[in-house]
Amino acid sequence: MRGPRLFARTSYYTTMSGLAILFLFPLVWASWASVKPNPSSGQSGYGFGNFLRLAHYGQGLTTYLTNSLLVTALTVAGTVVVATLGGYAFARFRFRGRDLLFLATLAILMVPYPTLLIPLYVLLGWLGLSNSLVGLALVLIMFQLPFAAFIMRNSFEAVPRELDEAAMLDGCTSFMVLTRILLHAVRPGLVTIGLFAFLAAWSDFVVPLILISSPDKFPLPVAVVNMQQLVFGSIDYAVLEAGVVVLALPCVLLFLILQRGYVRGFMSGSLRG
Amino acid sequence: MPPTSQANARPGIPALPASAARSARTPRRWRPSRQTAGLLYAAPTAVIVAVFFLVPLALVAWMSLHEWPLIGEPTLNAPANYTGIADNPLFGDAVLFTLKYTILVTVVLFGAAFGLALLVQRPRFGVGVFRTAFFLPGAVGFATASLLFYGLLSRDVGPLNPILTALGILDHPVSFVGGTANLALGSSIGLVVWRFAGFNMLILLTGLQAIPDDLYEAATVDGAGRWPQFRHITLPLMRPTIALVLILMITGSLLAFDQFYILTNGGPDNSTTSIVMVIVREAFTRFDLGSAAAVSVVVLAALIVLNTVQLRVLRRGDRPEDR
Repeated sequence: MRGPRLFARTSYYTTMSGLAILFLFPLVWASWASVKPNPSSGQSGYGFGNFLRLAHYGQGLTTYLTNSLLVTALTVAGTVVVATLGGYAFARFRFRGRDLLFLATLAILMVPYPTLLIPLYVLLGWLGLSNSLVGLALVLIMFQLPFAAFIMRNSFEAVPRELDEAAMLDGCTSFMVLTRILLHAVRPGLVTIGLFAFLAAWSDFVVPLILISSPDKFPLPVAVVNMQQLVFGSIDYAVLEAGVVVLALPCVLLFLILQRGYVRGFMSGSLRG
Repeated sequence: MPPTSQANARPGIPALPASAARSARTPRRWRPSRQTAGLLYAAPTAVIVAVFFLVPLALVAWMSLHEWPLIGEPTLNAPANYTGIADNPLFGDAVLFTLKYTILVTVVLFGAAFGLALLVQRPRFGVGVFRTAFFLPGAVGFATASLLFYGLLSRDVGPLNPILTALGILDHPVSFVGGTANLALGSSIGLVVWRFAGFNMLILLTGLQAIPDDLYEAATVDGAGRWPQFRHITLPLMRPTIALVLILMITGSLLAFDQFYILTNGGPDNSTTSIVMVIVREAFTRFDLGSAAAVSVVVLAALIVLNTVQLRVLRRGDRPEDR
C-alpha cells in the first residue's frame, strides 16, 4: 500500500513542480534579461544599466510613469467611488429604472471593445477630452464598471439589513449609514474592485493606443510598445525587458499581497454570474 | 414596480401607518426620500453608462452610415461602408484567420485550464503555491506579457532556440514570431495559454469546488472508478461553469488584438491579422472611421448572434430531459 501511494505522490509533485517552473520561467527570464550584461547599453556586468537606458528613452521614463500613475489613480478612485455608490443604490434602494440601469451596466461586458473605442475617439473629441488622460481614465472606469458594480451590489446585499435599520432608527441618514457602517462591512469587495481596476488601468494598452495621440501623454505600456516597434535597426531586447519588468513588477507584487481579495471577489463573481 | 415601499416589505419592521411610525422624538423623514436617494446614489453610474457606453453605441451605428474621415466633416454615404467590407480583401482573410485562431486557442486553452484545475482541485500540501504559480502570469497585463514573449521567443536573445537546439529538437535557430505563419500562430497560442490558463483554471476551480463531496463518496461506495465519476458526476455538474469559460474564451479570441499587434505585428505577410486589427487599421492607418465603425457594427452583431446561440445550446443541455 505504501509503495504505490508514495509513487503517486512523488509523480504528482514532480509534475506540478515542472508545470510551476514552466509558468514562472518567463517572468524569471525577463527579470534576468533586464539586469544581465548588455554590451549595446554599455553594461559590462550585472546591473541596472538597461533601466538607466530606459529612463532616458523618448520623453523619459518619468513622464510615462507619471502618466500611468495618474491614469491608474484616477481609474481606481473613480471605479471605487462610482461602483460603491451604485452598488449601494442597487442593493438597498428602489427607484425607477433601477433594474434597467443594472442591466445596461452589465451589457458593457457584451459589447466588443473596438465597437466602443471608435465612437469614443470621436465623442471624447466633442467633449474636449481628446488626447486627455482624464478622458482615458473615464473610459477605463466605464470598462471596469460592470464587474465592479456587480461585486459591490453583492457585497452590500450580503450585509444584514438590520444593521442599516438600527442606524436609521438612531437618526442616521442613508449617507451616514453608508460611510459609518456599511463601508467597513464591504471592505473585501472594495479591495477586490480596487485591485482589478489597478491591474487593468496600469497595464491597459489598446484603450490608450486609440485615445491618446501625443507621445508626452503616453502611459508606460504604449511607450514601451512604441519603443519595440519604432526602433530603426536592431531592437534592444534588454532595455525592452527592463520595460517589461517595470510594467509587471507592481502587478505581481500587488497580486501576491492582495491575493485573497482577488480570489474571493472572483469566486463571488463567477459563482453568481 | 410594486406599490409597497421596501421598508414595509422588510421583516422586523411592522407596517404601521406613517403617522404612528413617526415618533415624536425621532422624526423619520428618510422614508419618503428613499426613491430620490437611490437615484442620487445611482447617478454617477448612470452618467458613466449613458455617456461612455450608450451614446457611443448609438454613435457607432450613426458613423457607420457616413464617410467619416479622421479630420474633417462627415458626409452621409450609406451603405457604402457596409458594401465596402465585402470588397476589402484583408477583411475576408482576417475573418478566416480569426476563426481558425479561435478554434485552436479555445481547444488548447480549455484543455490546459481544465487540466490544471483538476490537478489543484483537492486541498493538499503545497497546492496553494501551485495555484499561485499558475495564476501569476494572469496578474501581468496582456500587453506586458506580449512584450515579454517578444523577447523570450526572439532569435537574438531568447532562450528557446539555444534550449531546443541543445535538446536536438531544432537543428538551426528559428524565428518564432516572424518565421512562418504557423510558427507565428503557435507563438501567439503559447502566449495566450501562458497568460490565461491560470485565470480560467480559477473559474473552473470554483465550479469543481461547488460539487458536493458526498456525490463522489456515494459513487466510490457503489464501486465507480475515477473515469466514470468524472464522466457522470464532474462533467454534467460542471456544465454551467464550462459554458461560462467557453463563452469567455471564444469571445476573447474573436476580439484578439494585443498578441498580434505586439507579438507578430500581423505578419508574416498579414497571415496573423485579426478582425480587430483590421478595425484599427481602417481607423488609424487609413483614417476611415466610417468604415471602421461599419466593421465594428458587423462584429457586434455577429457576437450577439453567436452568444445567443451558444447560450441556447448550452442551456438546452442544462435540462435533464435533453441529456
